[in-house]
Amino acid sequence: MSEDPGPPLPLTAAVREALIERLTALGDDELVLGHRDSEWTGHGPILEEDIAIANVAQDEIGHAVLWYELVQGLGGPEPDELAFTREAAAFHSAGLVEQPKGDWAFTMLRQFLFDSYEAELLPRLMRSSYAPVAEVAAKVNREELFHLRHSGLWLERLAHGTDESRRRLVAALDTLWPLLPQLLAPLPGDAALTVAGIYPDTSELEGAVMQRITGALERVDVAPPKAAAARSEPPDRRDRSSGGPLVALLAEMQSVARNDPLAEGW
Amino acid sequence: MRPPVTADPALDRVWQALTTVHDPEIPVLNIVEMGLVREVAHARPAADAAATGQRSGVVRVVITPTFSGCPALAVIEADVAAAVRGAGVERVEVSRRLSPPWSTDEMTDEARRKLEEFGIAPPQPHGGLLQIALDAPVRCPRCGHPDTRLRNPFGSTLCREIRTCEACEETFERFKPL
Repeated sequence: MSEDPGPPLPLTAAVREALIERLTALGDDELVLGHRDSEWTGHGPILEEDIAIANVAQDEIGHAVLWYELVQGLGGPEPDELAFTREAAAFHSAGLVEQPKGDWAFTMLRQFLFDSYEAELLPRLMRSSYAPVAEVAAKVNREELFHLRHSGLWLERLAHGTDESRRRLVAALDTLWPLLPQLLAPLPGDAALTVAGIYPDTSELEGAVMQRITGALERVDVAPPKAAAARSEPPDRRDRSSGGPLVALLAEMQSVARNDPLAEGW
Repeated sequence: MRPPVTADPALDRVWQALTTVHDPEIPVLNIVEMGLVREVAHARPAADAAATGQRSGVVRVVITPTFSGCPALAVIEADVAAAVRGAGVERVEVSRRLSPPWSTDEMTDEARRKLEEFGIAPPQPHGGLLQIALDAPVRCPRCGHPDTRLRNPFGSTLCREIRTCEACEETFERFKPL
């Protein structure tokens, strides 16, 4: 089934290409994070959280489909093709969402950081001059409220729980903190999208996201790591020269589709 | 919303047929009383249908998803197509529309009553103030006591959360306000 065709929009070729790149990145972040979250299904620390993380995973994958459908609407491949037939080199996901799921503290902190990013990004995208982007953002934003409430509570629980929970939270933050700049960094085409009113100004967005995150960490009395030298991702999320954990993730996620590419569905 | 009375008997039949389509995850509610049907219309002018000898021409049904990752949507779309064809329509086009995003405020009072009777606490109307609705007291659908506590903001489907009643100690689900 396809989306209702909206009114045709006069996008220049350059803006259209930049928009496809950005929409692909938005979808890839959601899909990869959703897959990482789904790895907890059946392995959650308690039954309630097993259910919760499976819900969150399903939501994120649903959001990926919505962004991918916009790519398709601009003449790109269909969502299943984007998810299941591309090599890692063609993915635009950020290192933050690609990291292996780690322990529960790592998964919940990553989710909190990503939810915080979306809490700033989506309301801005709801004002996009490109109506299909604004519509998807409005839909996704409502559902994300539940994610942030959940992961925000876990931030408090981990910080104020036991010495062990706090130690794990701080260790997760040491790994994830250096990955934030790449998540928030602009793609080369973003500036043109900002001029066209399609995508928010990325430096203003980065400021708002970091303020939100540091504020939340302060409230639970956790200091952000000082030096972010431990591990650093290439500034452009599309740079795959160092391989990375996405290759193994895709090998698993795409295995069924690759075994039977002509199946009606997977 | 309720099936609107249109000036067109063919479309009235389609609306009626749509009240037989249920969300497979909430079998007591039909998609019309949930507010999922956005539009029912002739996709071609009726005269055109008459000229080609079709019984009722092509009918377009536009629905909106509850939660965007909801796997029930594909089933609902297939059920919509079958129900509309069952109402004597030759061809039906089912499509999705995201905007405006669906809200639980679009459920009818009848739908809320059916949900509660089924054992799922219904979503309170919120008029857009979702944060307030999420923290408002929820009545236990089994004993009616208002003192219930949230166990898990997520439940057996994307649209539900899990709560426990402090009075009768039953655990139940609530349809989340959206």
